[in-house]
Amino acid sequence: MSTGKTPGRTLYDKLWQSHVVAEMGDGAALLYIDRHLVHEVTSPQAFDGLRLNGRKPWRLAANLAVADHNVPTTDRSQGIADPISRTQVDALDANCAEYGITEFRMSDPRQGIVHVIGPEQGATLPGMTVVCGDSHTSTHGAFGALAFGIGTSEVEHALATQTLVQKKTRSMRVTVRGRVAPGITAKDIVLAVIGRIGTAGGNGSTIEFAGEAIAALSMEGRMTVCNMAIEAGARAGLIAVDQTTIDYVKGRPFAPRGTHWDQAVAWWNTLHSDAGAQFDREVLIEAAEIKPQVTWGTSPEMVVAVDGRVPDPAQEADATRRQGMERALHYMGLSPNTPIQEIRIDKVFIGSCTNSRIEDLRAAAKLVGGKRIAASVKLALVVPGSGLVKQQAEREGLDRVFREAGFEWREPGCSMCLGMNADRLSPGERCASTSNRNFEGRQGQGGRTHLVSPAMAAAAAIAGHFVDIRTS
Amino acid sequence: MQAFTVVEGLVAPLDRANVDTDAIIPKQYLKSIKRSGFGPFLFDDWRYLDPGDLDIDPATRRPNPEFLLNQPRYRGASVLLARENFGCGSSREHAVWALSDYGFRAVIAPGFADIFFNNSFKTGFLPIVLKPEQVDTLFREAREEGYRLTVDLPAQTVRTPGGQGFGFDIDPFRKDCLVRGLDEIGLTLQQAGTIRAYETRRRQEAPWLFA
Ligand code: SF4
Repeated sequence: MSTGKTPGRTLYDKLWQSHVVAEMGDGAALLYIDRHLVHEVTSPQAFDGLRLNGRKPWRLAANLAVADHNVPTTDRSQGIADPISRTQVDALDANCAEYGITEFRMSDPRQGIVHVIGPEQGATLPGMTVVCGDSHTSTHGAFGALAFGIGTSEVEHALATQTLVQKKTRSMRVTVRGRVAPGITAKDIVLAVIGRIGTAGGNGSTIEFAGEAIAALSMEGRMTVCNMAIEAGARAGLIAVDQTTIDYVKGRPFAPRGTHWDQAVAWWNTLHSDAGAQFDREVLIEAAEIKPQVTWGTSPEMVVAVDGRVPDPAQEADATRRQGMERALHYMGLSPNTPIQEIRIDKVFIGSCTNSRIEDLRAAAKLVGGKRIAASVKLALVVPGSGLVKQQAEREGLDRVFREAGFEWREPGCSMCLGMNADRLSPGERCASTSNRNFEGRQGQGGRTHLVSPAMAAAAAIAGHFVDIRTS
Repeated sequence: MQAFTVVEGLVAPLDRANVDTDAIIPKQYLKSIKRSGFGPFLFDDWRYLDPGDLDIDPATRRPNPEFLLNQPRYRGASVLLARENFGCGSSREHAVWALSDYGFRAVIAPGFADIFFNNSFKTGFLPIVLKPEQVDTLFREAREEGYRLTVDLPAQTVRTPGGQGFGFDIDPFRKDCLVRGLDEIGLTLQQAGTIRAYETRRRQEAPWLFA
């Protein structure tokens, strides 16, 4: 086993080397996959491929399936109304039943967004390779696991062979030095990082997030950061294992027990970059300088601090960038130099694999406490990341806080993060959203998305426009 | 998989950076459980003036005359030209399926998002990274109507009508799979013994992974 005896290895090196089944030359390798998470959108064609070629899943227990993108977040007792969504969820149920893959069905209290339930169940463990046919698989890197999104052909490859042909990426370390100011969350940290390095800044790299501000985060916060590593273009995000990680994993249903637990912890404690490890690129960010972030455009890198203004394309020298900014402002219906806090919103979405865990709901509820959402806000949704998060929140009375303020309290799923179910924006509507993508049409055709933290979204729901939660 | 050797085709210049997968194929089409038929919905939000869905016949919708692919001069294009960070966003392979189904065989850009880049090879579709100044040259030349390029994978070269050749990199394994149209899963399964040996070793080191 790799126990870090070679000096100067990065965490990524350790994870990579311990999973190489065969070297293929030129930096490529056949990599073993420990955990494969499966959902309904990117798997039907993969299962068809297996059938077509008379193949079977290599190791059933490595797979865990759940439907999340298409599920309704309102009453589920009648099933799924949209026939096309229903077909896709039915296909997952049928495929899992046919091959014997464990699936949390829609009626199961453990059902939820695939990137919430993996960690919640202990199906995601430190040191694992974790893949899923979904780009936000980077989330699981928060556990010191090598986790990355794959396409449908690779879903089929992982199912059939328990391996993937991969090329080693470059390594990058983003160090967030010092402590963040009160009220600054993991979401603000990662948006600030993307604002700095750009949405292509991590292309071809695995980003390890390090520094005091990262170490101080809870597992929920670390998942938020790694979740958005993909928005910085990275293949994967990583955070070293520490006591916070181990405490979180302990006792979860799929986590090891007894002597296996002790063996596992001994290895997990080696899962950090060695002193002196060399990265291909290093970025340093001062935690104290990070303010609450709000995106203004149609790419996560189009982000400013809440006390800032919508930028002016006229100030941009690069022509391609300038045109991109102009197109974004046109789509977003914003004029240059508008103060961010004057932007009024129509809808609020608190949810998604970025920010739908218990800590996120607590942070939002704290801002809401006893107030009402603004009359101009047409809809404010809270969509817990899983059935278990929902239950926990209800035990804490958070659902009442939200309901009494005028929020809708929904069933778990991806919901308005991408609007594949009935939850979506209408053309021109503007949304404060805790999700991860503000692309054109992401939350509904013509919809306008501003990415923010849960606390910022809750505060915007109350005020009807963005506010600086540090001063209001 | 469809093999890829030499493709000579009409060029469609899409002059945008950060073209994301939601723009390439919007999410309502991801509900299909098939692998084909996405071509009519490629760049859907840009291409049509009215909203679409899987159960709406694209022929009944109003094309946006401003959009590149709706201009007669680009009909039948098979080489797409784009700017940096093409294919960013989700892991949906549907983006590659839509481009292929439409008739594109290759896309040339100064850079791609990783997952999109990986997915491309699985469907016999070739993403080519050229230097920004080379891409600039191609965009300039593509203003001329009927502009065509030759993509020669065995030679790893993009050739212009004026006889210029731009070399590109591709790793040997991918190239081999593409040129010969090989099934990657079949190739990996030839190593089944090696995978089992790894599992045996790993089971001793880290038994909790197999519990
Ligand atoms: S919540 Fe959004 S980003 Fe996360 S898996 Fe679902 S659709 Fe994707």
